[in-house]
Amino acid sequence: MSGHSNWPEWIYVAVVIALMTWVGAEAWEAERLVEHVPADAKTIIVTGQQWFWTFEHEDGTKEIGELHVEVGKAYKFEIVSTDVNHSFNIHDYVVLIDAIPGRVNTVWFAPDKVGEHDIQCREYCGLIHYNMRGTLYVTEPLS
Amino acid sequence: MTLELQKPRPIWQIMFSTHHTDVGLLYLITSLTFLFLGGSLALGIRAELFYPGSQIIADSMTFNRIFTVHGTTLIFLFIIPFASAVGNYYVPIMVRYRDMAYPKLNAIAFWMIPPAGVLIWLGFADFTWYATPPYSIISAPGPAADMWIFGLKILGISSVLGALNFVVTILKCKHPDMSIGQIPLMAWAFLSSSLIIIVAIPTFAAALLMLLTDRLGVSGFFNPAMGGDPIAYAHLFWFTFHPEVYVLVIPAIGMMYEIIPRFSRKPIYSYNSGVFAFVMLSIVGFSSWAHHMYATGMSFTEKTVFMVGTLAAVPASAMHVFNFVATMWNGRIRFATPMMWAVGGIALFFSAGAGGVVNSAMPLDFTTHDTYWVVGHFHLFVMGTIAFGSIGYLYYMFPYVTGRMYNETWGKVHFVLSFIGTILVFFTQHVLGLYGMPRRIYDYPPIPEWIAMNQIATVGAMIIGISMVIFLANMIHSSGKGKPADTDDPFGLGGKYYYPFEAKNPSH
Ligand code: HEM
Ligand SMILES: [Cu+2]
Ligand SMILES: [Cu+2]
Repeated sequence: MSGHSNWPEWIYVAVVIALMTWVGAEAWEAERLVEHVPADAKTIIVTGQQWFWTFEHEDGTKEIGELHVEVGKAYKFEIVSTDVNHSFNIHDYVVLIDAIPGRVNTVWFAPDKVGEHDIQCREYCGLIHYNMRGTLYVTEPLS
Repeated sequence: MTLELQKPRPIWQIMFSTHHTDVGLLYLITSLTFLFLGGSLALGIRAELFYPGSQIIADSMTFNRIFTVHGTTLIFLFIIPFASAVGNYYVPIMVRYRDMAYPKLNAIAFWMIPPAGVLIWLGFADFTWYATPPYSIISAPGPAADMWIFGLKILGISSVLGALNFVVTILKCKHPDMSIGQIPLMAWAFLSSSLIIIVAIPTFAAALLMLLTDRLGVSGFFNPAMGGDPIAYAHLFWFTFHPEVYVLVIPAIGMMYEIIPRFSRKPIYSYNSGVFAFVMLSIVGFSSWAHHMYATGMSFTEKTVFMVGTLAAVPASAMHVFNFVATMWNGRIRFATPMMWAVGGIALFFSAGAGGVVNSAMPLDFTTHDTYWVVGHFHLFVMGTIAFGSIGYLYYMFPYVTGRMYNETWGKVHFVLSFIGTILVFFTQHVLGLYGMPRRIYDYPPIPEWIAMNQIATVGAMIIGISMVIFLANMIHSSGKGKPADTDDPFGLGGKYYYPFEAKNPSH
């Protein structure tokens, strides 16, 4: 290589490869853990449509634009769409998955503190995409 | 190289010419026109987001159309034609041939761009630069959407024709005395990016046709109401467009390979590693497309495969950075305007890549995906790396094209302002994304952190805007009234030792 020794570049490339391997391994491990849905998670069916979210609890009650859950319990969201693609997002809990017509996507979370959080749509879906928002209320257990 | 603007010619002589430098000039002027048009739209977007509520754009539909045309314009009508401009000027000279392999085809490829630009701008579609179904099928208003589809179709064909021409020029027309291992790295850049185009574009071309027939209601490939699958489109789209990001960035890296050794007055640290990294990127670039689709509900295995495919391309990008730094090391560097742009571009390339690794690590992507983080990420590439490399190269080729020098002081002011502006806008947008602000929104709730960061980004954008006005004035003024340049050594670097080719086209 143009007459000079190239060992600094080999070392550098080795370091980059090592770093990427480490990032990949950590990511793999973390993703494997977060994808494991707890067996006792309650199911909430989330429907995205232009331009609001509807939530249906296991007992059949429905909410629009608001979602009430109890602290300390695990919930599994089953996300569907009736029209175009949306993306269901509770940013504070890193809940994110697309709502795609013709598919059911799942994601789960377990709120650990009482409070209010924003729900939003993170995939462009047209005119009112910017305001396809809602609120998550994490409350004390009723019983 | 010819000195275009020193011997005035009637404009139609340039327009109907098939000579590579004339076609290059046409590409250059077209791409810069679209840089300014598309850039103005960006300023409109930033002004609107300065504060919650409606500022200067009346409604969300207009806003959505503006960011769609902004992205489409700068990618397809600025970056790509700019690379073609540089390739047209330099590739034939670098391989020591009298013109492009197919001069008429070359002119045709260029002349497809203006009508496509007109279609895109007159239509002003609203379905984002990736036209995702089913929105693009059932919701996006026509005829804008259809005009966009036709515009992109034409641009795709133009790209493929241009790429074929570069490949043939480089492989078949290079001087018999030259081996492929002797062509400059920038020619390697054009060879690699052209090969990627030829492999990648047909997929999207097919998807566009399917999208069109879906819109017409005669097919339902991507329409779930007719049994189709929108995810299929996403795969076809990203199969083309992840490799396409390398089509965008590789020529810019190639331009830096011209600038950096010359202004460091040292040969390139390692030619072989530059070639290797280009070839690696063009191959491994095809193994990562679905990193754009982690959130569509892919299985764990699929996500893992594409994460590994993405991370596998990082060492090759990193090798370029190393090569540049090692070339500059102990060099007698002259920080003229082109060098400042190239070095600034590398610094931003490095930061952008670091952010890209975060996107690739699948659990982290669920924080960043479709937030302003992603907007910041790819703008550090398209603006920070590609536009910086391109603008630096434009300053570099200016004396060869016009026979005159640009104003050095204003060139540096342009760089400093753009560099500061770019950092203010796009670094801030990364953080804004971590705070959860989705991209592509016309309005946002008054969350104090969001407001503050949007305002920083808007101020940064205005600084870039000012720098671009300076740039335009410098280019226009200097091409007519600048100091005559010494075209043997316009930058006073001393000798032509490191010029791998004749600065003047021998057969012209
Ligand atoms: C080489 C120059 C690059 C360019 C021009 C570029 C461009 C882009 C663009 C345009 C997007 C966003 C597409 C969209 O949603 O509109 C994007 C997203 C992404 N890029 Fe890059 N990129 C580059 C390099 C990289 C590198 C080196 C990595 C990884 C190490 C990377 C990883 C990603 C990932 C994972 C996403 C998806 C983010 C998401 O949507 O969640 N990119 N890039
Ligand atoms: Cu949306
Ligand atoms: Cu990509």
